[in-house]
Parts: sequence; structure tokens; C-alpha cells
Amino acid sequence: MNCPGSDLSVKLRQAAPIPLDADIACPGGELLAMVGPSGSGKSTLLRAIAGLYRPLEGRIVCGDVCWFDHAKGIHLTPQQRHVGFVPQHYGLFPHMTALDNVIAGLSHLPAQLREERAGSWLAKVHLAGLERRRPAELSGGQQQRVALARALAREPAVLLLDEPFSAVDRATRETLYVELAELKRDLALPIIMVTHDLNEALLLADRMTLLAHGRTLQSGQPRQVIAQPVSETAARLVGVRNLFDGEVLRHDQAAGLTWLKVGDWEIAGRLAQGWAPGSRVRWMIPGSGVRLRSLARGDLSDGINRLRIVIKSVLPLGDDCRITAQLPGIDPPLNLQIPLRLAQELSLKPGSSTDVMLRDRQLHILPPSQ
Amino acid sequence: MMDWTALLLSIKLGTMTVLLLLPAALFAGRALAYHRFHGKPLLEALLAVPLVLPPTVVGYYLLVCLGGQSWIGQSIERLFGQPLVFHFSGLVLASIIVNVPFAVQPIQRAFEGIPHEVRDAAACCGIGYWRCLLTVELPLAWPGILTALVLSFAHTIGEFGVVLMVGGSIPGETKTVAIAIYDQVQAFDFNAAGRMSLFLLLFSVAVLGLANGLGRRIGRRHELPRF
Repeated sequence: MNCPGSDLSVKLRQAAPIPLDADIACPGGELLAMVGPSGSGKSTLLRAIAGLYRPLEGRIVCGDVCWFDHAKGIHLTPQQRHVGFVPQHYGLFPHMTALDNVIAGLSHLPAQLREERAGSWLAKVHLAGLERRRPAELSGGQQQRVALARALAREPAVLLLDEPFSAVDRATRETLYVELAELKRDLALPIIMVTHDLNEALLLADRMTLLAHGRTLQSGQPRQVIAQPVSETAARLVGVRNLFDGEVLRHDQAAGLTWLKVGDWEIAGRLAQGWAPGSRVRWMIPGSGVRLRSLARGDLSDGINRLRIVIKSVLPLGDDCRITAQLPGIDPPLNLQIPLRLAQELSLKPGSSTDVMLRDRQLHILPPSQ
Repeated sequence: MMDWTALLLSIKLGTMTVLLLLPAALFAGRALAYHRFHGKPLLEALLAVPLVLPPTVVGYYLLVCLGGQSWIGQSIERLFGQPLVFHFSGLVLASIIVNVPFAVQPIQRAFEGIPHEVRDAAACCGIGYWRCLLTVELPLAWPGILTALVLSFAHTIGEFGVVLMVGGSIPGETKTVAIAIYDQVQAFDFNAAGRMSLFLLLFSVAVLGLANGLGRRIGRRHELPRF
């Protein structure tokens, strides 16, 4: 049953009671982050992979073992699947010591080997000396490590992590990121991590899948998904706030640009030949794609996509400053986060205006909203 | 004079009730805690009915259903050679029925208190149904099970109405300690009634105190992690 290093492929569909339309794949040795808002079906999908939830339709295959196939009536139990599962609140057995919690995951080994193996797993997650403590006597980070040791002790075919860092403080989280990254290097199995934190996905994941209402919207490398969402829903999921309407004017293949008419302006974005001239589209620009005129570096060159904006509001937040600004004749306002120092240098305040340049390589064209 | 026969009969009745009721209540409470199904609220209401119904009403229906006039009563008499009513076995049945809510509800709440993540993790650890029940669920639900045991036992010892209706007051057969006290008061033997009442009072306080203390100790030991 065990297939370490094997690829996991999941295709699930159902309309009710929890809508699912998911198609994900995770090769052995890779970490896939499933990102989506609360109620997007992330945990249900994870439980379906573990065999804890039986969907109506679909197929789950790990290596050459079929775990679930509704057409053939196959549904292996969680006990048969050999998954390592770390629930959001760890699901530790509160009446057992840390050592006994790990031993509970070692039923596949002869009884006389279990204690020693459990001890070595606890040592591997830096918990040597705490074997006799019960979960209530451990900190959040230590509990998470026990849960991880218990999941890995089973020598699972797949490791499933449900929001593994949501219940620990920031400092512990940073340490656990490093430990998970190191662990991932040593493990050849597919790891699926549910999270709603894009930074976690960027830090740890090889691939990322966006999920909304039980549907997988987009999969790819985290940076690519964040820079080039396939739809407005996906864009909003990855935190894009600057979304606007536009009309395709022409494509310039040589320059790799698509020209758009936005209000009275012509601006250029990354080439998107899928849209014929005249098509109504949406376009987005991340905050990092908006360049402001800096006094130190002199004026912006007279390049393309240079616009004059009128500042609507300025909100200092720590060392940074959140700005909303009106693009000429374009709704809704543009949102920016810039260093506070730069805002002071440019004397940005409500009512003042300044020049910005939208970086064409970061201006991404999307399908029109439904 | 203490009516030792009546006291022993009460203890025997309480023990039999608990032994027969608790295993069934365990599985019923667990099923009610974990599963959602159509008609669950109705079933829960039905199981809780003995809490609000006067015991004499339960006794009346049992008498009607199990008496010599009904086909159930006649069948039982043909099968076992004796009727259920006015017999110890009838008392046990009546006592089980009136104690259903006292046994099922604490057990149901106890199983509901086990986080589903703990059961999920157990399944993913390869722990099957019976091992999970014995090594994970029962140790965690133990305070509730203990409460169910104590409540059912103590409630049986104190049960009066249904016992009188179904069993009458046959010494050594159906005359429990509560009936004995009633009989002594009827006979103006207030001294004997007072001694037995005091004994029952102390017994009840001791049992409940012990159960609470034990439950709290186990509860502390099995404290769920806080976040």
C-alpha cells in the first residue's frame, strides 16, 4: 500500500452537499500549497484525499495504487491509504504522552520496535527530553511537532498539512517554516499544505493551487500564479486590488505588448493575443508594478504607460504608507503601498498629484468579469 | 429496623440496570454524537421523555403493555413461564426504560466533546474502529460514562413510582428500599423510615461526591490542549 516517492493525482467532482470540482496533481518530493479563503473547500478536499470524506465522483491515485474511484466502487479507508495527516489543531490524543502519540502511528511496526522508533522521530523534530509530556503540557509549536512526528512515523505515501502554522505565534512559525523546508528536502513524498497565507505558499511551496467554492481555479508555480492569475476571482484571491476595465486596441508581437484603451489613455501590458482587438477585458497591476517619480532618481523617463494620478488618501502603516489615488478618467482608484519615506519625499497628501509609470511587464490582462 | 432485604434488592436492581443499560447507552450515545440523520431530534426527544413524564405514567404503560391482558405479556408468560409484571425482571425492564436519558445523555455529550480532528488523526494513524474506541474514545469519554453509571444507579435506587406500578411491593421480589420507606411511613414506623431515609441520603451524597471527584480528576488528566 505504501508508495513513497509516488505522484498523487486527485480529480473530484460533486454538486452537493459541499460543491467540489477539483483537479490537482502533486509529484513526489514536491510541496503543493492549496490556497483559498475560508469555506473554499480546502479542508474537505484534504479530508477526501485522506479517506475521511467520501465524495460522490472522482478518482484519487497515489503511485500505482487507486485510493478512490467512484466508477469502480473503490474507496480505501484512511487506515489503508497510509497518509500522514496533521489536522489544523493537530488532533493529538490528549490522554497520551508525546511518545505514546507517536507510537500510536507505528502500528505497522513490530511492538518491540515502536518505542525506540517513536523516540527517534521525536528527536528528529527537536523534542528529545519531552517524550513523557502530555499535549496540554506542550507549547503550540511543540504540539505541532508531535503531530508531524506522528504523521511521518507512519512512513506515509502522502503528507497532508491542514493550515499547519495557523495556531502558533509568529516567532514559532518562522522556526517551523525552516524545519518544514528542511524536512521537505529529505522526504521524497508528495506534501499537500492547506493555507490561506500567500507568503507561506511563496516560502515553502513548489506549486500552488487556488481554490474557491470547492473549485480549483488555477495551478502553477506560486510566483507565476500570483503574477498572472487566470481570472478576476483568482486575482482577488491572490490579493490583487488594482483591477480595471479596458478594451484591446492592438497587439505588438515584436515588442511583446498588447495595447489597451483605458478611459482616454492608451496603455500597454504583457502580450495577450487571446483577445482580438475590440474585446472588452480586465487588467491588473500589482502594487510593485507602479513606479513613482523619485526626486533622488530624477523624473520618470518619457516611456509608455506614464500617467498622472491625484492622491485621494494617505494612510501611514509602520514604515510604509498606503495610498489610494485616482487615475485620470479611470475607476476605481489605484491602491499603492510605498515606503513612508518616499511619500514624505514626494510630499504626497490628499489632493496632490504626481506622475506614475505602470510597468508594462507587470500589467496583466484578464478575461472580462462575468 | 433497617429493611436489609429491600436495600439489597435495590442494589441488585441498580446493578442489573447499569450492567444492561450502559453498553447499549454507550453505542447509542456514540451514534447520536457522531451521526446526523433525519429524525434525530425526534429520536433524542423520545429518549428524553422519561425525564419529564411522571414515572407513574411510564409504569402505567408498562403495566398495560406487559400485563396478562396484552399479547406481549401473554407471549412472555408463555415463553418464560412467568409474567414480567410484579416480578424482578419486570422491575429491571422498567428501570432500564426510565433511566435511558440518564445514561444516554451524559455519554452522548462526552463523545461530542471529543474533537473530530482526534478521530481523524486516529484513522490516519491506521487505528481501526475497535482500537480507536478502546484506546482513544473511551478514555476521553470516561468522565461522561462514569456520570451515566452513577446517575443511572442512584436514580434506580431512588425510583419509586414506576417500581410501585410495575412491581407492587412484594418483599424480596419487588419491594425496593424506596417502597420499604413508603410502607414504613404508612405503618407509622417513623423511626425505621427515618433511619433508612438518612442512610439513602448519605449514600446518595457519597456516591455523587465520589463520581464528581473522580470525573474531575480524569477530566484534568485528559485535558485537551489549549490554543
